[in-house]
Amino acid sequence: MADEPQATTALYKQALIAGLWRENPTFRMLIGLCPPLAVTTAVKPALTMGLSVIFVLVCSNIAISLMRNLLKPHLRIIMFTLSIATFVTIADLYLRAFQAEMSEILGPYVPLIIVNCLIIFRAEVCASKSNVLVSILDGIGSGTGFTIALCILAGIREILASGCFFGIRIMPSSFVPLSAMQMPVGAFVTLGLLLGLSSFLTTKKKD
Amino acid sequence: MDRIYILIMGFLSVVIVNNFVFTKFLGTCPYLGVSGRLDTAFGMGLAVTFVTALSGVLTWLVDFYILVPLHLEITRYICYIIVIAGAVQLVEMYVRKFFPPLYKSFGIFLPLISTNCVILGLCLFINIWGTDNLLEVAVLSTGAGFGFAVAICIMAAIRENLILADVPECFKGAPITLITAGLLTLAFMGFTGMIR
Repeated sequence: MADEPQATTALYKQALIAGLWRENPTFRMLIGLCPPLAVTTAVKPALTMGLSVIFVLVCSNIAISLMRNLLKPHLRIIMFTLSIATFVTIADLYLRAFQAEMSEILGPYVPLIIVNCLIIFRAEVCASKSNVLVSILDGIGSGTGFTIALCILAGIREILASGCFFGIRIMPSSFVPLSAMQMPVGAFVTLGLLLGLSSFLTTKKKD
Repeated sequence: MDRIYILIMGFLSVVIVNNFVFTKFLGTCPYLGVSGRLDTAFGMGLAVTFVTALSGVLTWLVDFYILVPLHLEITRYICYIIVIAGAVQLVEMYVRKFFPPLYKSFGIFLPLISTNCVILGLCLFINIWGTDNLLEVAVLSTGAGFGFAVAICIMAAIRENLILADVPECFKGAPITLITAGLLTLAFMGFTGMIR
């Protein structure tokens, strides 16, 4: 009995930390790749996107965790997407009302959070099997990992494409902007190189 | 004649110039996940084309005749999701009944199509483009699905040959696929500005 509280604390910690690196959605699990490619031309939209994803992920994890005993196997996916769609609508309306400029830039990619594999994956793997607290922590952990990945990618692309970071110029004036980084090719290649780097680091650690 | 010209141009534009995978990054997950072998990629592409065409038309009808007259635009995303899931279910039942071998070879992919970004993305983009003609909607949705099929087939063909290539250990798998995809988008950028 004495071990039990400790075991649960470890479980909570595990749920929170796993998403940051070991199960990082973008670099390790390769899910939800559309937003990392599409909205990372600058850091600010990427950060907005990341925060919206955290909000939706936590809320939908709570909702799905609460109804996990009522789910029928063949209606599972549609229940997931419907609850996600509800929270995405909230996030979209909020962005449109208070962050009009960001909402303009992100455009249809905010509603596209609904079909982001990351959120459905977390719902399937974690929220439909564990209690509310674990689901919340898991949502925060994976969401943060996702946001960090987005910001790294966006930072690299923004610095190379315009010499700015978060809208502030940091490169010397002699720096020639690489406009290719602004284009789709920049997104694919940067993400490919980062994935290569991350797998290089993990295999090195194992040796 | 003019209208046919516009329709053909719209179709080509959405397949080649504004390909959803290469310019809008939609459907990247299945694009990387399923493109290992050419025959599965082809089947997946066909299924997505069909579902995209069906749900593009259906969501447009729902939007135009139900949501807008009743001022229910706020529930748009939820309605879209229901329509898409219904369309996928329909296709699944149809394929299971009439083409059992095809159904077996699809396996898990078929229900997962409902969470494919291409489909929802297309419904949203049709909404943004403000298309107000059923025929145009049908052509554009078929084109978008077809564009996805083309992209995933090209990728699968490249990847079948990529197995033989000598790639650094840490770049094997997803990283090299992404870089290849980047080069492909560069190739497709050559079409930019040709139409519209």
